Amino acid sequence: MHLELSGLTKSFGSLVANDSIDLVIEPGEIHCLLGENGAGKSTLMNMLYGLLQPDSGEIIINGEKVVIDSPSAAIRHGIGMVHQHFMLVPVFTVAENIMLGREQTRGGGVLDRKKAYARVRELSDQYGLHVDPGALVEDIPVGVQQRVEIIKALANDAEVLILDEPTAVLTPSEIDDLIAVMRQFKEAGTSIVFITHKLKEVKAIADKITVIRRGKVVGQAEPSASEEELAEMMVGRAVELVVDKQEADAGDVQLEVRGLTVIDERGHTAVDNVDLDVRAGEIVALAGVQGNGQTELTEALLGLTPVAAGAISLGGKNITRAGTRERLEAGIGYVPEDRAHDGFVGSFSVAENLVLDLFRRAPFSAGVALRTGEIERNCEERVEEFDIRTQSITLPVSSLSGGNQQKVVLARELSRSLKLLVASQPTRGVDVGSIEFLHKRIVRERDNGTAVLIVSTELDEIAALADRIAVMYRGRIVGIVGADTPRDELGLMMAGASKQEAEVEATEHPTTLGSME
Amino acid sequence: MTTDTEPVVEKPPVRRRSGLPGWAVQALVSLSAIVLALVVGAVLIIIGDEKVKSASSYFFAAPGDTISAALTAVGDAYQALLVGAVGGLNPIAESLTQATPLICGGLAVSLAFRTGLFNIGAQGQLIVGAIFAAWVGFAWHLPVGIHLIIAVIAGIIGGAIWGGLVGLLKARTGAHEVIVTIMLNYVAIYLLQWLLTTSAFQRPGRTDPISPIVDSNAQYPQLSGNRLHLGFVLALVAAAFVWWLLNRSTVGFELRAVGANPDASRTAGMSVGRAYTIAMLVAGALAGLAGTQQVLGTDLPLTDGVAASVGFDSITVALLGRGTPVGTVLAGLLFGALNAGGLQMQLQTQTALTLTTVLQAVIVLFVAAPALVRSIFRFLPRERGLGAVLAKGWNG
Repeated sequence: MHLELSGLTKSFGSLVANDSIDLVIEPGEIHCLLGENGAGKSTLMNMLYGLLQPDSGEIIINGEKVVIDSPSAAIRHGIGMVHQHFMLVPVFTVAENIMLGREQTRGGGVLDRKKAYARVRELSDQYGLHVDPGALVEDIPVGVQQRVEIIKALANDAEVLILDEPTAVLTPSEIDDLIAVMRQFKEAGTSIVFITHKLKEVKAIADKITVIRRGKVVGQAEPSASEEELAEMMVGRAVELVVDKQEADAGDVQLEVRGLTVIDERGHTAVDNVDLDVRAGEIVALAGVQGNGQTELTEALLGLTPVAAGAISLGGKNITRAGTRERLEAGIGYVPEDRAHDGFVGSFSVAENLVLDLFRRAPFSAGVALRTGEIERNCEERVEEFDIRTQSITLPVSSLSGGNQQKVVLARELSRSLKLLVASQPTRGVDVGSIEFLHKRIVRERDNGTAVLIVSTELDEIAALADRIAVMYRGRIVGIVGADTPRDELGLMMAGASKQEAEVEATEHPTTLGSME
Repeated sequence: MTTDTEPVVEKPPVRRRSGLPGWAVQALVSLSAIVLALVVGAVLIIIGDEKVKSASSYFFAAPGDTISAALTAVGDAYQALLVGAVGGLNPIAESLTQATPLICGGLAVSLAFRTGLFNIGAQGQLIVGAIFAAWVGFAWHLPVGIHLIIAVIAGIIGGAIWGGLVGLLKARTGAHEVIVTIMLNYVAIYLLQWLLTTSAFQRPGRTDPISPIVDSNAQYPQLSGNRLHLGFVLALVAAAFVWWLLNRSTVGFELRAVGANPDASRTAGMSVGRAYTIAMLVAGALAGLAGTQQVLGTDLPLTDGVAASVGFDSITVALLGRGTPVGTVLAGLLFGALNAGGLQMQLQTQTALTLTTVLQAVIVLFVAAPALVRSIFRFLPRERGLGAVLAKGWNG
């Protein structure tokens, strides 16, 4: 199918999210849409999928102008979409989810499950998308859930498949599987629109790359372009992708974790007998696929979740039973994984959020009275120092971009003297320009002699920051390795392999992304 | 303390498409709701009016009669309402008197709102405050000045106990404050009814539930020749205190943070349970103060009707006041004026006093459904205010 978007424009109030966008997608092409968060990629795809209506412009399929006013119209025209957040019913089986909305019945309105199962098998065999049609969606891993979403789109005879940030939730080996599947689609003549901001993936699979910045197409690029070139197009200026950092000058052990076990609310062992040391002046990165106990581990470090067994000490002092406030005052800085949920109060101003865990101290309060002058002065300083882009310090933080919100959180935590900085997903949902800045600040904090623990699911980030890497899998630390460990080995360890197994396997079966290094 | 000293920082996020500051948008919505309520009230006046009814029996012969009768009915009623509320010194004094406990009760609800709690229990807290204040007022005999101060403090403590209990239960056991406050309202009203049958409270020689009159030393001094008393000044002081607490103190910072995002507050080292307890303690104290204004200011003996519906009206006052101290004072004044004017309206035009209750209810209905008001008044900009507060209160 030949798909053409011509002059598509969409504004929300005074914000022009898409400004006269032209895009041509040829049959059997993997077309990458590259752009930062908020560049307008999702708006564009939502117009294509009928979730939004363009203010002006045309969508042309096989030379004919069409109007797509709903997702069902998009499906009718052969457009399928796999959303970043899956739209599946957890308590239904794979087959039930796929037949949802187009249930086939035998006489008397009885569901024809057999036919649905057969259809799922047929599609999964055809494209090598292995799923069990009878499995409940809530029981299968995220990577397989994504396959179900893809099969759902295929079951609608999609000829153009839109994948919105499909790799965000996948392990490195799952990403490799996905790349293989995408190539098969391409051979079968299905076009793919692949939305992402990850440069390595783009280079690995794209046939054609369109870069979008601030709602406009800024140009096309070839997959052979360097990552630096792509980043520059995306951001609009040259960016350093690798932080310039010296060898760590590690000192005494600041954070000592021994036999830490955390039982989560559902009674599962989320953190299982973990030992971990972080020394002053080094960055230890905790690598792992989302949901392998990293969240619970950091929450236990901050006293936000109860510890079932084990001990935590900071600078030689046991803090296992201390409250969150005591730990913060003892010198732990914390950048939580979900900043909007735990990191700031959205309706509070930038100034207020910058003292969220400091307002009780001098000079921000005297007795029970707040000193608003000092709070504002502090805000002006931090805004200047961290280059926080806000129109006014009285604006609510929720009105800032993701990168600036994260700068507020980091600025606050770094504005007191720290022994340990725990930063979870410090650059998730943050634009490339801010990533560079945030990484630099974290490295500078290390150079000041603070022990730093980074939790990240992004191998690029781990490679950029870590002095040592601890890999976590199902609540355990499967290995602590050097910063120079190859990507493929880390990927395998993230799936539970030991260091030795990973080494062997990685040399025998290199992955697409790994072999690019 | 005017609205423009209120910093923008403590407002919920407002889409600034209109270019108006957040408080102006909220004030516009509130004003529109009042206008709409008056229209609804007019319809009810017309339906209930005898002259309109008789004129409508020959509507098709002379429709003008019906229309002019309707206009007269509405005009007379609203004129009486207006005169009764603000037409001269006495009506104004009466309006302020009526507003006094509503302001304090409204502050009790507003403060809890800002901490993410829906305090339905102002009624119970007010009753317990009134019980404490009344007992000190009639059972003790102290010199001028001191007696009033002690009685008021007793009332504040009574309310604080009743409210603080809710916060403590929520903090310790997670009990939902809406359920607990509703139940404690029942406990308070039956406690009052029972107390008024005991020898400690019942006036000697009486068989009905009424206490002795509080000592004149324990009564709020009159501010003018009418019912207006010093309690009104205390209500304004209380509003200023709540404003300072919320916007200028570390305690208020914590309360607002917990109200807006308990998870981030906990992560920042605050104790969410402590914030809930403090908020309910102070809220109860404010409602208790309203109780003292009832029993030491206007009622004088304690009866089982001491709270009337003040505690419940306080919720609507806080809703209309958008959970801010300034808004709550303005809303309290409006409701006080409606109460005072309603009496005059009933006297002069035979329009039922309950019409003012309908007006109050309709105002809040429109305020609580800003989308509805906007669909009627298209010029109003979008806002995010009360709905968010309300929803949070229930989910808290």
